[in-house]
Amino acid sequence: MADISANFLGVRSPNPFWLASAPPTDKKINVLRAFEAGWGGVVWKTLGSQVKNVSSRYSAVNYNGSKIMGFNNIELISDRPLELNLREIKECIKLFPDRAMIVSLMADNTREKWHELIAQVEDTGAHGLELNFGCPHGMTERGMGAVVGQDPEIARLVVEWVMEKATIPVITKLTPNVHSVVPTGKASVEAGTNALSLINTIQSVTGIDLDTFVPNPYVAGKSVFGGYCGPAVKPIALKMLATISQDPVTARVPISGIGGVSTWKDAVEFMLLGATTVQVCTAVMKHGFRIVEDLCEGLNNWMDEKGFNTINDFIGKSVPHLTQWEELDINYHIVANIDQNKCIHCGLCYIACEDGSHQSINLQYGNPYNTYTIKEEECVGCNLCKLICPVDDCITMVEQRKGVDYVNWKEFQERGMPLNDH
Amino acid sequence: MTIKSNRLTAEEYEQNFSDIHPPFDSRESALVEANRCLFCYDAPCTKSCPTGIDIPKFIKQITTDNVKGSAHTIFVSNIMGAGCARVCPVEKLCEGSCVYNLLEETPISIARLQRYATEQALEKKWKLFERKPTTGKRVAIVGAGPAGLSCAHVLSREGIAVTIYEKESKGGGLMTYGIAAYKVTPEFCEAEVKYITSLGGITIEYNQELGVHFTLADLQQNYDAVYLGFGVGLARQLNIPGEELEGVVDAIKFIYDIRAGAYDQVPVGDRVAVIGMGMTAIDAATQAKRLGAKEVILVYRRTQEEMPCTEVELDIAKLDGCRIIWLAAPAMIKGEHGHATQLVCNLMQLGEPDASGRRSPFEMGETCTLEVDMIIKAAGQMPFEALVSGKQLQHTHGKIVTQMNGATNIPGVYAGGDCVNGGKEVVDAVQAGKLGAAAILEYVAGL
Repeated sequence: MADISANFLGVRSPNPFWLASAPPTDKKINVLRAFEAGWGGVVWKTLGSQVKNVSSRYSAVNYNGSKIMGFNNIELISDRPLELNLREIKECIKLFPDRAMIVSLMADNTREKWHELIAQVEDTGAHGLELNFGCPHGMTERGMGAVVGQDPEIARLVVEWVMEKATIPVITKLTPNVHSVVPTGKASVEAGTNALSLINTIQSVTGIDLDTFVPNPYVAGKSVFGGYCGPAVKPIALKMLATISQDPVTARVPISGIGGVSTWKDAVEFMLLGATTVQVCTAVMKHGFRIVEDLCEGLNNWMDEKGFNTINDFIGKSVPHLTQWEELDINYHIVANIDQNKCIHCGLCYIACEDGSHQSINLQYGNPYNTYTIKEEECVGCNLCKLICPVDDCITMVEQRKGVDYVNWKEFQERGMPLNDH
Repeated sequence: MTIKSNRLTAEEYEQNFSDIHPPFDSRESALVEANRCLFCYDAPCTKSCPTGIDIPKFIKQITTDNVKGSAHTIFVSNIMGAGCARVCPVEKLCEGSCVYNLLEETPISIARLQRYATEQALEKKWKLFERKPTTGKRVAIVGAGPAGLSCAHVLSREGIAVTIYEKESKGGGLMTYGIAAYKVTPEFCEAEVKYITSLGGITIEYNQELGVHFTLADLQQNYDAVYLGFGVGLARQLNIPGEELEGVVDAIKFIYDIRAGAYDQVPVGDRVAVIGMGMTAIDAATQAKRLGAKEVILVYRRTQEEMPCTEVELDIAKLDGCRIIWLAAPAMIKGEHGHATQLVCNLMQLGEPDASGRRSPFEMGETCTLEVDMIIKAAGQMPFEALVSGKQLQHTHGKIVTQMNGATNIPGVYAGGDCVNGGKEVVDAVQAGKLGAAAILEYVAGL
């Protein structure tokens, strides 16, 4: 059995799965049940200014009959009294001392308010702080949340205030509602943050009611932009995480990865791109705390199969595999191959290639089953047919190099090698 | 042993003749199934549908809540798509060629999805087709069955005024009078005919029989073109001793009585033998059982390999408790006091394949005797030979000879459906009606 425990700046948790700052972590009864279920840690729902929430608060994007591919919320930070939250945090730590207790903060924008809040939270015995520079709605209008995260200099200033006071590890949570997360990440690291976490939610409109014309979620005939999360945002989160792992400044601090993590595989991907812990929310809001069981078991089995003893053995392992386009080997060439014994004659590869790619599949008419074969000389090796094929391993991509040596785009131009003729 | 009606309670009849293929309970359950569809290109299911319904398209439209569009996609190829969703032997047509079969997975429930879309169209009376401006042309159709209605709908859409002459008091033909009631209810059949004719431009003259109330010559004289879609007649004679005995009945007549009247008015025996193994034989056997017969035995001269009905149909009969005797051919019916009491069968063996490719049975020289009080004949149907002879209409043993497009040897006279093919599925008749209409449109345009 592999050791799946995490050590994040000295904050230890029995596994790398934390619950992100959100409704599942907003009160003692939730958090205790999460710990009982096996969660390694929680980031307590953001404390700070007084707010009032509206109803309704969530909306979703479904896909082909599957519910909540993407999830959207217009909920604000914790609307419970600060004292109550602080008391409950203390009690949770006492009952589960082996779990990570991070508290998310978003104070009013003054040095004093931040210092005051930090002192109160540290009194609970919490293990770390997460600065919410990411909330994309409600708080931004008041100069908080994403407004701070979107301007590196404001972020730098606030992190400096925080670091003056904080005695426990500070994680700065980054907003994805920027052209790049690196500038704010960099400013935060330079200002002294101990770690980064990303991504927060992405501003969105999930849909519109075609009868009332009001976008959702619906609040008395109106709606606002919400924060998008769930499986739909994972690829965007992974890309942003990778840029933080690639930058020499931001790569100096540990990262807690967030954004659509639903399974142990998702978690491993975040860790392979540099995350030490991962934070989960939407999947729990959909299925409950019980999903942590498979997160742990799946991770453990995978690590055993790969021979990894601790999570540190593979954190960041995929970062070097991400390069610049100009560095890719142009001589690498693959072509599709259809296994006729596995083919079910659905024609999906054919029509995708014909209408959407390079017209590289032959159709031989049959009644009722057509036969589909690859025109190898036409195939550009794009993967589209393989991605669409409903049968596992029916379409495989076979390597047929154009040349033995590695040639990148620059060399390709220098050598005057020929362009495609089709 | 006795033949009698009114064997069951009203509740039992109700239960026995309720819908055998219930529809989806809800939008969500339909969507779960619709979303399984892979949306194949040049789809095998569509190619296996005699009317060529664009099945992936109509299923995709269900997933997008475009049920109106879905119903239109179905009806544009098959105006009886609602009925076909209930009666088609889909296991040998669309669902039988679904690519999921090749993955050893359950095929998409195409019929049930088709029912989901078309049922809403009928219920909500969606007006999915518009008539083109009237052309002034008039066409007469004989028979308001699937072929006739399908032909009428296409013609009327193109601005032709259509009059259908129907010998029964209700439309629908085989759908209304010749198929097990647990597949399509009389109410449904009536609603379907009403929906089809709601397009306008189609008049049905009921209780008007060719050769009795009017002649083909009358129609030729009064209309620009004529389409014959009068179906096939009664069951084939067995030509064995004792066939005239009381208790020996015709499957077509038996089913007609069930469909045209009340269940408790249809007499059925204690021990019933059904001769044949086609769809009609199954419909007769299962309904005899559901009317309260104690024992029903299907007798077939070949084996399961050669049977014309599908496995699904056979399973319905088996689940209803019908017994099957394979390789037995009726040889003689014995009776007492003019009433059938025994069916004597020759035991058969299979020999070389015949012209149809099926191995033909020959007698082994042994017999078996079944104690019965009712014998239902369902060994194929006879064309209405009298209707077509002596009218210069070319025919083979009563089956009208046509070209692919339904044209007979008489200019302006077209035919299709069972009166041409000798008795196939509803969906085949619908397609024949479409083809006939296309040919008629071309013909009348040239007048």
